[in-house]
Amino acid sequence: MSEPTTDRPRAGAALPAAARGLGLGEMRHLGLLGALALLVVVGLVTRPENFATTSNLVSILSLAATIGVITVGATFVIIGGGIDLSVGAVMALASVWATTLATQSYGPWVMAMCAILVGTGAGLVNGLLIAYGRLVPFIATLAMLVAARGLAQRMSDRKTQLIQPENSAIVDLSTTRVLGIPLLVYIFALVVVLGWILLNRTTFGRRTYAVGGNPEAARLAGIDVRRHTMLLYALSGLCCGIAAILIMARTTTGSSTHGDLYELDAIAAVIIGGTLLTGGRGTIMGSILGLLIFTLITNLFILNGLNTSDQLIAKGLIIVVAVLLQRRNLKERAP
Amino acid sequence: MLVMKGIVKQFPGVRALDGVDLDVRAGEVHCLLGQNGAGKSTLIKVLAGVHQPDEGTIVFNGEQVRPGSPIDAIKLGFATIYQELDLVDGLSVAENIFLGHEHARFGFVQRAAARKAAREVLERLGHPEIRPAAEVGRLSPAAKQVVSMARALSHDARLIIMDEPSAALAHDEVANLFRIIRELTAQGVAVVYISHRLEEIREIGDRVTVLKDGRTVAVGLPARDTPTAQIVSLMTGRNVEYVFPPRGGRELGEEVLRVEGLTSPGVFADVSFSVRAGEIVGLAGLVGSGRSEILEAVYGARPATGRVLLGGEPVRRGVVGTVRRGMGLAPEERKAQALLLDQSVTANITLGSLPGFAKFGWIDRKRERAEAKRLSEMLDIRPPDPERPIRTLSGGNQQKAVLARWLLGGRKLLLLDEPTRGVDVGARAELYAVIHELAERGIGVLLVSSEVPEVLGLADRVLVLREGTVIHQGDAAELDEHDVLDMIMNGRAA
Repeated sequence: MSEPTTDRPRAGAALPAAARGLGLGEMRHLGLLGALALLVVVGLVTRPENFATTSNLVSILSLAATIGVITVGATFVIIGGGIDLSVGAVMALASVWATTLATQSYGPWVMAMCAILVGTGAGLVNGLLIAYGRLVPFIATLAMLVAARGLAQRMSDRKTQLIQPENSAIVDLSTTRVLGIPLLVYIFALVVVLGWILLNRTTFGRRTYAVGGNPEAARLAGIDVRRHTMLLYALSGLCCGIAAILIMARTTTGSSTHGDLYELDAIAAVIIGGTLLTGGRGTIMGSILGLLIFTLITNLFILNGLNTSDQLIAKGLIIVVAVLLQRRNLKERAP
Repeated sequence: MLVMKGIVKQFPGVRALDGVDLDVRAGEVHCLLGQNGAGKSTLIKVLAGVHQPDEGTIVFNGEQVRPGSPIDAIKLGFATIYQELDLVDGLSVAENIFLGHEHARFGFVQRAAARKAAREVLERLGHPEIRPAAEVGRLSPAAKQVVSMARALSHDARLIIMDEPSAALAHDEVANLFRIIRELTAQGVAVVYISHRLEEIREIGDRVTVLKDGRTVAVGLPARDTPTAQIVSLMTGRNVEYVFPPRGGRELGEEVLRVEGLTSPGVFADVSFSVRAGEIVGLAGLVGSGRSEILEAVYGARPATGRVLLGGEPVRRGVVGTVRRGMGLAPEERKAQALLLDQSVTANITLGSLPGFAKFGWIDRKRERAEAKRLSEMLDIRPPDPERPIRTLSGGNQQKAVLARWLLGGRKLLLLDEPTRGVDVGARAELYAVIHELAERGIGVLLVSSEVPEVLGLADRVLVLREGTVIHQGDAAELDEHDVLDMIMNGRAA
């Protein structure tokens, strides 16, 4: 069995073992892969000269990396039965805090640590409010969304903070390339792999499914549901911190306007990837495929010079279609 | 009144119904018997409009019908009371009763009218004490059952299907249920009654239809005169019923649990007892006597004053600590409180002892799977594939998986709340054997059951509870069902 949620392990029997190991063999993932392939075909047909170029593919992956890291954290929170609306704002706050002149004076490593600590700290506050303060996740993280964005504006005085030349090591993450691919894409890939391992191979991951699937059963089985819930939000915050480093690298700035509406993109990617908003079921691979679909659409619209408004409409439709298709899959499974 | 013929229902991979015939007359209580997985639930869902049959005919009052949706079924006059109650916890009693056909004018709900009507129905059911404005989520299982019944009545149903209505009820409430059923049948309403308890079927039933493996194996047997042996052999092909493993031969070890003066105001008071290693102690009492609540308090899941000592040391409140110290609970509501339905049998079995399978948080999946397989084989969990999602297993096998969970991790004390609820006769005997096996391994067992014979047959020692106090404590072998019932119902200590 490739993942704890696989109901039909035999569905992927024809795929190579490695693909099954990553959960690609699940039916819904095949659907997502199909959709992705379709978008690639559209790209090749409409923009044969631009689409399949290295620079375009690199720009797609770089674009996906920032939200991608956030999506990994969001997948955990949502499988655990919660929701985190504050991700974009927390990332902005972390980017601002890490690029203040005071922080910058300590050099790039401290800036990176600062972003990670701010992100994790904000996530921890979310987690404490939800797990021990018994606030509804939606409300607690909505409050954090508003407050973190405000704090970021106050710290930066609503100005975009440039990364100083002596700290260009941060920017190197997007400019230095290994095998033609920027370092930040490798960071994204590393986060995905670590996230997958954490979710599928550790007690933490197993407990995440349990807490989201049936909190009462998890509690009576001796799992500390509150502590686990708190850790889930801290993990999401940690991912926001990492994402802040990536966006700093890509834009060479820290700003209170970074990551606007990222929460919606992340949640949409998770949903398209087949994770239930009610918790207890979902996969990292699904979320990442969902995200790539979204990013590819953005890319195709830009390449073809189409209106961004139409792009939003297309994305909205995709969310609905994806959820409708998944619901049909669920029905088939019911005895 | 209702004639079903040759009903076939095919699901992917399973032929759930394979030619079922049923013939129900007006004003009768028609009992449906069969093991778990025999097709009873699917048959009910066909009548309730949840599933559409692939083949076969349903004739109701001379007309061929085909309930295509639950609404169709209700319009035809079919009402179904499910085993797993389907009430909306957040709504009031009155709102639940009239859910789907609210008292409304121009879209506005008329609450006063609804409450008045709800009160009338509840009075008719003999439960005027249930307030129509009360929130359903706060009611006891028995009261929820009454609300479900009230909902069926509010539809003016002509055919009421009851799936194990007595499972959540204590003795006196069953009597009340039967009174209601008799009133209904006297008015010409037909009742299809599903129960695993043969003595109930003898008392309330008129005729019996037996299902086995999706087929009807006997139609319209007289409920009172058909010998038990015949019914059981029709259901199983084997002649088993309540088979308790032989008592005795077990070495009792040290005291594992001592409870002193456990009190939760208004629920139970001054409860003291002890359980030794390898001993099975039973708690007998009605629903509401505090049985389950005492278990929860011992487990740390419910606040109470008094002392709970596990292995001589006081237990602090909180489930995390009690599990770590070697307790386990198989709760009453299996699906809601114990199982991760989407997950595999393996994941469900190892849930309570995950750290034991992990190094630095990394799960050793090979060992986990091997252990789950070993336990599935030992407890004979069927089908023998621990990687299946647990939702595809029958109730009895799910319960075995819950017990298997606590066979791991060196447990000292297990708390079992209604371990055989909703489990068929054959699987019951197996569960009894498993419980004995647990005790033989030196685990102390504290057992709660609504069924007095079960407590007496399994336990070494019995505590009889009435209204939150222990009125008798003694050797199970010295008590019989009649004594215990007398104590429970009349409050007389023997």
